[in-house]
Amino acid sequence: MNFVQGKFFITEKTAVAKQIYSFRIECPEVVKIACAGQFVHIKADGFLLRRPISICGLDREKGLLRIVFEVRGKGTDKLSQLNKGDFMDIIAPLGHGFTVNRDYKKVVLIGGGIGTPPMLPLAEIYGDRATVITGFRNSGAVILQEDFGKTGAETVLCTDDGSAGVHGFVTEPLAEILKKNGADMVYACGPAPMLKKVSEICREKNIPCEISLEERMACGVGACLGCACRIKKNGEEVFAHVCKDGPVFNAEEVLW
Amino acid sequence: MADLSVNICGVDFKNPVIPASGTFGYGREYEHLFSLEKLGGISVKGTTLKKRTGNLPPRIAETPAGMLNSVGLQNPGIDHFIEEELPYLLTKNTVIIANIAGADVEECVQIAEKLEGTQVHMIELNISCPNVKQGGAAFGTSCSMASQVTKSVRNATTKPLIVKLSPNVTDITEIARAVESEGADAVSLINTLMGMRIDINTRRPVLHNNVGGFSGPAVFPVAVRMVWQTANAVKIPVIGMGGISSGEDAIEMMMAGASAVQVGAVTFSDPFAPVRIISEIDEFLNRKNIDSVRDIVGTVKPW
Repeated sequence: MNFVQGKFFITEKTAVAKQIYSFRIECPEVVKIACAGQFVHIKADGFLLRRPISICGLDREKGLLRIVFEVRGKGTDKLSQLNKGDFMDIIAPLGHGFTVNRDYKKVVLIGGGIGTPPMLPLAEIYGDRATVITGFRNSGAVILQEDFGKTGAETVLCTDDGSAGVHGFVTEPLAEILKKNGADMVYACGPAPMLKKVSEICREKNIPCEISLEERMACGVGACLGCACRIKKNGEEVFAHVCKDGPVFNAEEVLW
Repeated sequence: MADLSVNICGVDFKNPVIPASGTFGYGREYEHLFSLEKLGGISVKGTTLKKRTGNLPPRIAETPAGMLNSVGLQNPGIDHFIEEELPYLLTKNTVIIANIAGADVEECVQIAEKLEGTQVHMIELNISCPNVKQGGAAFGTSCSMASQVTKSVRNATTKPLIVKLSPNVTDITEIARAVESEGADAVSLINTLMGMRIDINTRRPVLHNNVGGFSGPAVFPVAVRMVWQTANAVKIPVIGMGGISSGEDAIEMMMAGASAVQVGAVTFSDPFAPVRIISEIDEFLNRKNIDSVRDIVGTVKPW
């Protein structure tokens, strides 16, 4: 694992939905070594603990890193007050990202709510070989649809209340697509109940699945052992750590 | 440049700054950012006799100017430490302190015996972990238990022995005196304070363990007070820790009576904190024309 810590220039800030912000940060040294599924650990002024945020975009030509996050509490609220021209203090890239196989002919990407951003770099890699299923509470919370559209991936939008796209959860279209076309791999990030259900569907169909997990985190680099999650490795139950062993895990390993 | 070297129980440290146990792993992660050689020493992750899986998550909660943790001494066990981690650490040209924790006196003794044949520089006996059911704080909050475990480990090791004290007691100086009289070469303090947070939406404690150890800048004044009281109560060196986040904090802790300092939670915020604090101590001494960091230890002038 290789990572850097520094203060990097914010080149763009946009509000993409209510309380959800997109930032582009100029940090070529991070972008050069980062991959889809990794995260950045951001210092919020006045808070002891950093905030782990998934990478949403890697512009390797321009050296720009993109993150999209939702204001969930005081720390993310503080981060959302940063503006274009400010510097963001990050440690990155951190964690173990998604397994990418350029030979895959058909992949499904599942994003639930604010778990959607880390799916975008995968959609950019797989292009029209990807089907992206994203789900949100309602039409006001929908994000990144245009960005996914530009990748050439097929997109399916769901909302819990039917105010945009398909009325229902992402797991319904997933089951249909897998039944109809199968897939070489399913990637998912979102709330735990969604990830659990996605994992079950993939297990039934015997399709490999990688999921990105979240846990309360301190150091972000694997030193403090705070962000534990239960996994099964070689038949043994162990506590792995979301920051270093994850955030991406093989869905079969995760114990719910 | 001022002389930053200190000597604790006959062990030479190039500077008085030591990452605290449990916040720095075995140093491997931070070596991506700076050379471990720059550190005065490293107090490695608390090690038990057998592998421990630790507590269920969530293990971390944030607090104003601090945090709670309930990791629960997750570690691969002493044999793994000796075989896989220690040889690597000993190449780093810094003082390696093995932090050890046992469920009972016998286990503490067995761990110390296993370390006796190694080149580890010092042992820090943790009698204050708040996150385990057996041993841990049960040792550190009773004078008789603290005495008993210190005496037994003392008899099992020729290594310099630091005893790490719990702040969750009525009078920390009593415990400090008790371990001093049983042969501790130094004491380190404070371990974390017991704390709790509750999610008011779910009415669940944030930590799965319900309670956990409170650390970070918020505990600093408590730590300074306890270091000061302890330094005045014992003759052995005191290693001060608890919420140190700058060189000025380190200087303050040393003026209170600490011969060296450990830094912990601040590293989560600023991974360069240990090396930053070393250079900030140097800057302060230069600004004040003080030749050696040793000259400030215990120099507080109480009213």
